[in-house]
Amino acid sequence: MIAIIDYGIGNIASIVNMFKRVGVRDVVFTKDIDVIGKCDKILLPGVGSFDNGMQHLKNAGVIDILNKRVLVDKVPVLGICLGMQLLTKRSDEGSEPGLGWIDAETLRFEFGPESALNIPHMGWNYITLKNGNNLLFEKKPRKFYFVHSYYVKCKNENDVMATANYGIEFTCMINKDNIYGAQFHPEKSHKFGMELFENFSKL
Amino acid sequence: MVIKRVMPCLLFNGKALVKTVSFKNPAYIGDPINAIKIYNEKEVDELILLDINATIEKREPNFEKIKEYASECFMPFTYGGGVSKIEHFQKLFSLGVEKVAVNSLLFTNPELVKLAVKNYGSQSIIGFVDFKFSKGTLIVFNRAGYTYKGTIQEYCHYLQHSIGVGEIVFQNVDKEGTWSGLDHEKIKELLKSVKVPVITIGGANNAADIKKCLYETGVNAVAIGSMAVYQKKDMGVLIRFPKRELMITE
Repeated sequence: MIAIIDYGIGNIASIVNMFKRVGVRDVVFTKDIDVIGKCDKILLPGVGSFDNGMQHLKNAGVIDILNKRVLVDKVPVLGICLGMQLLTKRSDEGSEPGLGWIDAETLRFEFGPESALNIPHMGWNYITLKNGNNLLFEKKPRKFYFVHSYYVKCKNENDVMATANYGIEFTCMINKDNIYGAQFHPEKSHKFGMELFENFSKL
Repeated sequence: MVIKRVMPCLLFNGKALVKTVSFKNPAYIGDPINAIKIYNEKEVDELILLDINATIEKREPNFEKIKEYASECFMPFTYGGGVSKIEHFQKLFSLGVEKVAVNSLLFTNPELVKLAVKNYGSQSIIGFVDFKFSKGTLIVFNRAGYTYKGTIQEYCHYLQHSIGVGEIVFQNVDKEGTWSGLDHEKIKELLKSVKVPVITIGGANNAADIKKCLYETGVNAVAIGSMAVYQKKDMGVLIRFPKRELMITE
């Protein structure tokens, strides 16, 4: 069973629908500690700001059980968009500490006034796979839909799973052991998102 | 790298999909969910859904239906129609809409659009510019009957610099639903007055027309109406989408 963590952030229906589309039906949207306690995968969605996300996680009362499942039981976890940023230690966007499961921080895109690039980075973009991983296998052109103003910077290069280019080359997927993160929205990225969700469900 | 885009632009009457010709004679097309499922299969880049009756009938957006459609979209989803309060923007984004298109609101309450740009970012707000020829001159004229007093270039300047929209759609009303071909020359001319990404719609008749428009005018995206819902000109309803490789070379 995949538990999508319900902490009051955004509409996750398209995530559930995409899992269904690739034949994964055992997906629940929950903040129930007993359910999170026995699921075999965790998906952490999220839109909005970093502090708001951390406060909602606290209010939902799920941080302790998430720490146990991810760090002790080693259950595979996938953070999407803000959900990936929350896996880091901190963010330029706020003052709350993150979950800190990955030795990384979340930084704001900074472009000079002469730059034609807008913030947020919004739209389709290609990604480049870096290190071997269990979510996306062979290297081939893949594009995903992005909406974000902040990006994750890892301390350890080995945690960088894929990068994309927007003014700078930035980390768009992370992986360390059972912990995965994607900055883009797989649920809005057609077959590329389906491939990722399907492979996650098989971990 | 900016990736060129092609997307269906669906017209909704609050209950079902319809298609008009130069804003007139709405013909019944079918259920949006069915269409969205087919566009998922076709892997369209984005989807635009416009409730063309909401403003005219003084209705709010049909949030229940929009939630259902956003949940079904495996691609970015743009909604427009009947948005008249800041709460409407908030609600649409919370339902999983990526971008909100505004048109009449730019005439009735431009300050609200400015506030939406401030709150949600320019990338989330699309300014829709409908234009047609009237007595030999180009005028901005939308479905609800609002017209802009100045030139279309002045209007584009206003949308970008006073309002701050992140994207502009140019819709050629004379060509809407006519299959007479995109007006490449006009699009090229209009692009001179715009810095933000531009989507153009109105008159597309085949994949080659779309490809030529994307690569010869410099426009970022083409939206299609009739081509996405009819078999051919003057033929029956068929939810479809041209093969990507015939339109986009990456």
